[in-house]
Amino acid sequence: MKRTTLTLGMAAVASFTLAAPVLAEGKLNIYNWGNYTSPELIEKFEAEYDVEVTLDGYDSNETMLAKVKEGGTGYDIVVPGDYMIKIMIQEGLLAEIKPNEMENFSNMDPKWVDVWWDEGRNYSVPWQWGTTSFTVDTEVYDGDINTLKLLFEPPAELQGRINMLNDMNDVINAGLRYLGYERCNGNVEELKEVTDLLLEAKQHWRTMDYSTIEKLTSGDVDLSQNWNGAAMRAREQRPTLQYAYPVEGFTGWMDNVAVLADAPNMDNAKLFVNFIMAPENAALISNFARYANGIKGSEEFMDAEMLTAPEIVMPADAPTPDFVKPCPQETVDLYNRIWTRLKG
Amino acid sequence: MAAQPDIAAAPADGLAQAQSDARARRRRWLLLAPALLTIGLFGLFPLVITLIYSFLSPGTYGGVTWEFSTNAYTQFLFERDIFDDTLAFSTTYLNIFGRSIGLALVATIGALIIGFPTAYFIASKPPEQRNIWLFLITLPFWTNLLIRTYAVLLIIRDEGIINVSLMQIGLIDRPFGMLYTDGAVFMGLIYSYLPFMVLPLYASLEKLDFRLVEAAYDLYATRFQVLRRIIIPAARPGIIAGCILVFIPGLGAYITPELLGGGKKLMIGNLIALQFGSSRNWPFGSAAALILMVVVMAALLIYVRNAGKAGVRHG
Amino acid sequence: MADLTASRTKPVAAPSARKARRMTDLRRQPGFNAMAWGCIVFLYSPIVVLIVFSFNDNRSVVRWTEFSLRWYGEAFQNKGIRNATVISLQVASVATFFATIFATLAALATTRVRAYKGQTLAYAIINQPLMVPEIVTAVSTLALFTIIKKATGVNGIGYLMLAHTVFCIPFAYMPIRARLEDMDLTMEQAGADLYATPYQVFRRITLPLLMPGVFAGAMLAFVVSLDDIIISLLVAGPGETTLPIFILGQIRRGITPEINAVSTLLLGLSLFFVILLFWITRKRK
Repeated sequence: MKRTTLTLGMAAVASFTLAAPVLAEGKLNIYNWGNYTSPELIEKFEAEYDVEVTLDGYDSNETMLAKVKEGGTGYDIVVPGDYMIKIMIQEGLLAEIKPNEMENFSNMDPKWVDVWWDEGRNYSVPWQWGTTSFTVDTEVYDGDINTLKLLFEPPAELQGRINMLNDMNDVINAGLRYLGYERCNGNVEELKEVTDLLLEAKQHWRTMDYSTIEKLTSGDVDLSQNWNGAAMRAREQRPTLQYAYPVEGFTGWMDNVAVLADAPNMDNAKLFVNFIMAPENAALISNFARYANGIKGSEEFMDAEMLTAPEIVMPADAPTPDFVKPCPQETVDLYNRIWTRLKG
Repeated sequence: MAAQPDIAAAPADGLAQAQSDARARRRRWLLLAPALLTIGLFGLFPLVITLIYSFLSPGTYGGVTWEFSTNAYTQFLFERDIFDDTLAFSTTYLNIFGRSIGLALVATIGALIIGFPTAYFIASKPPEQRNIWLFLITLPFWTNLLIRTYAVLLIIRDEGIINVSLMQIGLIDRPFGMLYTDGAVFMGLIYSYLPFMVLPLYASLEKLDFRLVEAAYDLYATRFQVLRRIIIPAARPGIIAGCILVFIPGLGAYITPELLGGGKKLMIGNLIALQFGSSRNWPFGSAAALILMVVVMAALLIYVRNAGKAGVRHG
Repeated sequence: MADLTASRTKPVAAPSARKARRMTDLRRQPGFNAMAWGCIVFLYSPIVVLIVFSFNDNRSVVRWTEFSLRWYGEAFQNKGIRNATVISLQVASVATFFATIFATLAALATTRVRAYKGQTLAYAIINQPLMVPEIVTAVSTLALFTIIKKATGVNGIGYLMLAHTVFCIPFAYMPIRARLEDMDLTMEQAGADLYATPYQVFRRITLPLLMPGVFAGAMLAFVVSLDDIIISLLVAGPGETTLPIFILGQIRRGITPEINAVSTLLLGLSLFFVILLFWITRKRK
């Protein structure tokens, strides 16, 4: 018995020493959303540049920020959402890598160059972009789906069959749109109305959760607030689902690749940024996670079903997606209180 | 029960006694040093940081700014009115605390009700079978908690095994909504922490001298009397340990309530996590955490003190 | 060694067969057996579902289609799952190793001694990680580690292991302490009477008697470390994604049966180790 303990102990110590990672040349540490990075893309990059890539996942912009803000993470690449890019630039967390001077920059769709979160693209390049709206099972509800009314004043057949995203901004923004108010709104009268709307609607919601695909395909709910790529993946398993483009408007978002100011492998990080702007590589990203990527010419390399999917190709009469800016702290505080009251 | 002699307490007189005492003391602290240093430096010291954070002001995008403020604590009980900015007493956070405490309590009692007979059953088995039973109880622990919770979800959901089988045998004609209710969270918590209840209970019950039980029956005690007067007092240390081990993690749990409760209601754990995430209010998160700790400590103190007294009476 | 362990339970366990039967009968409490079996069913049904669906051909973890080993193949090929599993096992092994040693030493110093100044305090400190909600520990540990990282420039998985060691100590400590409190002292006294040095007494008598407690403690610590999510989520650095972190990411974006396959394999692996352990101890007898 003693010998077993000793062996176990030695094995443990050995694994300890072996496991200590060495941040040497030829490495790249990527910190991206979980289950969001094409393994093919990584393998291709590794082979092309002889770099060993480490990939870790996070579950929200805020988790990532909390970690990165503390510094010394050892990560090179992060993939923050639009508003988070803005925040991270302000906080001095990102390196000014000048993607706009890189070789493959000409491939970027011009409409994604002068964006409010990174004017002229001095820090970041598009990873994927999409919309946040909702998915309805048209077999359960056969009326007009393009209205937020379904979320806030649902018809009888959808009551108790709704999943909302467990996300303060997505829920409150949808409420603001339904009532026709501005996003990032500090107007307390209007917010009070939104609060009442949400509290009233909550009784009809079954869940508030991020795992939308699973909620829809398991039959737990018949309507779910959703991202378009997830909507497409859910529809593959439940064909009667349809993605709505509500007339009141819906959120657009873009996740962007950026390099941390304290990146240990700065050169490889820059190589990677340039690498993903090549159309054939950008297509790999989209084929995996089912979102559009913002690189011209990547369509030729994309799966056929993506080019026609109603979730990806917006109908001509749909409103323009609304890319919501980060709100001032006072507004965030108000939102927090609404959110706490909603869930308290 | 006979007092256990101290091994180090052999020599008898004066100087020798003092020297031996000093040696024993040195040895004792040497043995304690690794554990105490590790926990002190990396478990307790960080809490001091949390305490400091709770008296600072929130940074713009998370973190803290070095400006003294007690807002985090006033925010807990009072809410600044959305309209006229006056402070008014608010029960929002108290409700969240109350709900979490209630749920953790109910889960603890539930685990005790299931765990006690189980532990007793194992302890009453012949020794060679006991290990197998203990092994059976601990084995599920080797599967990740998240995955097990997820599997619970698969079973109780509308299209899960229970509903589908009940519909097939015709007992119900539409799914019985079990998932995303308080009941589901309660079940999930019991499921997660049940082994933490069974193991300490077993440890106490295993020491139970069954000759006492036999003697009681000889004196015409009923089974219930035996249970109440002999078995439960003997299991008391295990009951205390088990309840603590279920109650505290149950109080801070937030992934189980989110998965099985559907995420519509906040628990203390969610509330604290939220402050360090999208709410970006670290001081309030720190304060809420410390308040939670104070609640836990107070409960423990009262509980252990009462239990200790009761133990003396029975001992 | 095994004989010594067994001797402790002999007085209760070895009466004549007839008497033993009568005693077992007397030990019964109404409904307790049913409850115990119910408990086992309760604990195992989710695991059975988990295992069954790991052999499901469909991508869905909800609907059964047909038997297949496909998800095992995919799990092996999935670099993310593979790395996460290895990291989790490494962290758990190291944390268990140190936590068990520290806990054993601490248990020796806090049990079977006359009450001394600071004993309660020591006890409270050791149990402190149990008394603090995980999220608090997670955030404050992150803050502390960041300060250390900045000051020393040292990075690595050691921090994650250290964080795990901290909360593993009380879990390892409990069973060891329970075992010690429970141990028969006559053996040790006899050893001392026969002029064994304190060290010899410890090595030849106390430690072997203590071993079941140490194993129980180590097992508990290992499992608790494998399960940890919140602390790992915040403390882990690059390349340190543990299995729970990976799984949480999957749950958020739609889970695949690969996870079921990995869980089944881990379960099988642990079953193998525990049976091996049983077998070794039995052989010694």
